[in-house]
Amino acid sequence: MKVLVPVKRVVDYNVRVRVKADGTDVDLANAKMSINPFDDIAVEEAIRLKEKGKAKEVVAVTIGDAKADEQLRTALAMGADRAIRVDAAANLQPLAVAKLLAEVCKEENPDLIITGNQAIDDDSAQVGQMLAALLGRPQAYSACAVEAGAGSVKVTKVIDGGKETVELTTPAVITASDKLNEARLPKLPDIMKAKKKPLEVKTYGVDVAPRLSVSKVSEPPKRSAGIKVPDVATLVDKLKNEAKVI
Amino acid sequence: MPIFQRDDVMEYDVVIVGGGPSGLTAAIKLKQLAEKEGKEISVCLLEKGNGIGAHILSGAVLEPRTLNELFPDWKERGAPLNVPAGEDKFLFLTERGSLKLPTPPTMANHGNYIISLGNFCRWLGEQAEALGVEIFPETAAYEVLYNDDGSVKGVATAPMGLDKEGNPTDDFYPGMELLAKQTIFAEGCRGSLTKTLMEKFNLRANCDPETYGIGIKELWEIKPENHQEGLIMHTIGWPLSNDTYGGSFFYHFENNQLAIGFVIGLDYKNPWISPFEEFQRYKTHPAIRKYLEGGRRISYGARALVEGGYQAVPKLTFPGGVLIGDTAGFLNVPKVKGTHMCMKSGLVAAEAIFEHINKENAGSEVTEYSDKLKQSWMWDELYTVRNIRPSFHWGLWPGLVLSAIDTYLFRGKAPWTMHHHDDHSALENKAKYPKIEYPKPDGVISFDRLSSVYLSSTNHRDGQPCHLKLKDESVAINVNYDKFGSPETRYCPAGVYEILGEEEGKPRLQINSQNCLHCKTCDIKDPTQNINWTVPEGGGGPNYPNM
Repeated sequence: MKVLVPVKRVVDYNVRVRVKADGTDVDLANAKMSINPFDDIAVEEAIRLKEKGKAKEVVAVTIGDAKADEQLRTALAMGADRAIRVDAAANLQPLAVAKLLAEVCKEENPDLIITGNQAIDDDSAQVGQMLAALLGRPQAYSACAVEAGAGSVKVTKVIDGGKETVELTTPAVITASDKLNEARLPKLPDIMKAKKKPLEVKTYGVDVAPRLSVSKVSEPPKRSAGIKVPDVATLVDKLKNEAKVI
Repeated sequence: MPIFQRDDVMEYDVVIVGGGPSGLTAAIKLKQLAEKEGKEISVCLLEKGNGIGAHILSGAVLEPRTLNELFPDWKERGAPLNVPAGEDKFLFLTERGSLKLPTPPTMANHGNYIISLGNFCRWLGEQAEALGVEIFPETAAYEVLYNDDGSVKGVATAPMGLDKEGNPTDDFYPGMELLAKQTIFAEGCRGSLTKTLMEKFNLRANCDPETYGIGIKELWEIKPENHQEGLIMHTIGWPLSNDTYGGSFFYHFENNQLAIGFVIGLDYKNPWISPFEEFQRYKTHPAIRKYLEGGRRISYGARALVEGGYQAVPKLTFPGGVLIGDTAGFLNVPKVKGTHMCMKSGLVAAEAIFEHINKENAGSEVTEYSDKLKQSWMWDELYTVRNIRPSFHWGLWPGLVLSAIDTYLFRGKAPWTMHHHDDHSALENKAKYPKIEYPKPDGVISFDRLSSVYLSSTNHRDGQPCHLKLKDESVAINVNYDKFGSPETRYCPAGVYEILGEEEGKPRLQINSQNCLHCKTCDIKDPTQNINWTVPEGGGGPNYPNM
């Protein structure tokens, strides 16, 4: 089985982002960038499938400029066999990303595509579903367990109030929830080896023009500082008359 | 220290510990020389931060002297030197007013640039990688490895996947051994491995104790009408008392940004002093506040810096390795800058090492490095200003007078050299001083520690052993608390140290190591040197974007 893992380069989850003064975007100049944590989990799952002998090859894919090679190298250090970067602008919208990935899939013919539920930067959570639709293949969203069989894959999904297990015929698309696994940290010898693993750069003639326009980016409203009240009576009074919640 | 069985070993010609300006310069120079002479040299550089530049914090005004030597075409290569130094201002602050002082010749910045040293290092990192240097960020050098003959063999990286008690978990990895013909230590001020090397090879036998400062910095985005790109301002005086050495820097950077910071000499005596709160108070001065009004703070960080200069430089070479940059202590105090000198030490070390390892039977110690450095302009520069910092041992006004005599009358060639004392032994008993009541932060101009640390994007993996080690836990209360009022709770700019249980009469020290900004002040200032700063797992620490 061949597993394809699309990963996105996003701002590292430790970085406190802030909106640019002109309100057009967040300021990411010189900020630490990493693999989207959900995609990190997807890479981990693919590698575990390989370690269990279920998958033969794990291919990491990203879409972006040369800077995104850094994230592919991380996926390679974690254990992916090779990597593909589709050369494009760094911030394409979900539909464009899905179209480009569909092109990659047509060339690579993977049996399984595992990617993250969503990226932590725009939280669109659309690429997996769009890709499945474009390929005409089944998909399972928010996986918390994956069990690969012959010609099919069993996926347990996190749903409202519980879990649901579905069986998909492969090729199929799975998107990873944060409950699926805990991604490993690459070790230095693996990081060294990853520098020598194959990384291909490709381009496709696909319409990637944006369909959405951003009208405004703003920071969440500031929470005002809490106060201490001397007794219950004051608390009740404040809840009733100031906050007007009781 | 636990001994780990490490199976993974890699050999290089040169291993460099630390991706700051000196380490990166050395890496680049080694590769440039190899290219020029048509020789092969393998160079590996380790950086404990989550990427080159992540742990770098400086004012900063760069004197491009060494950069011109390293890359005469740095402009074409896109070096981020975008803001030429403009007007220089030097102010003496009183509580409400300010007095303009003549700018000393050492503080004239014509021809220099206001930069983000972090971004400058990111650029140097790209240049180094393009030349074939293997850079490994998120990789902390944890232990120096020695050959049987006692010479340095290389370093081992920090173990990963230990639990709080130091026991291996399922993800445990003991680290990797990186061996080299020469290991360059470029850890920055108060390097944790350098500390062990100084002891092992007695490198400080013939020099003064190093003296340090703590620098705390914020990056602000201010109103365009308050911004004057290129303006460089330094202040002395308020809020510090005359017996505490320190002052502020205030640099108008690009994009309406303002780099504002405060440096306090760590030889201060009063244990109640809180450098963080002195800085917060300083910003409320009318001459400063007017620039900040209507702006917003976008980043925060802190780092200790070396102030000992010429007389505190240790022996720079030992069998198998050398010290370069601030871990050796190259800062020009009256110039308020050192990057150019740190880079120069890296450059000279690279030249000496390249020659040395290409020679037959040259021995394991590259003494040519310190010989060459002593013949360079850098050594003269360090020598000329050697008496400025120690002049202030007698307080602000005698310091200014002595410095003026040294600078204007003797032009740095006075027939004497003044000496330094240990910073940690400077601290006096808490009973000698009244407690300092600092004003509460207003959340607009001045802030508390926690909201500040938040802006530094600091993170350490949960559940790893505490990297701040106490040699004797009881000392935290018996000495630090009882005698000095737990000064670590005040000099730590990140709120790592907290005294809990005071109300029940059972005070104990809590160490919030996950907040640590890697500034190393605790390692320097702890009165009995009971706190030992060691490296956490690679990748931990602050994530400074433009500092």
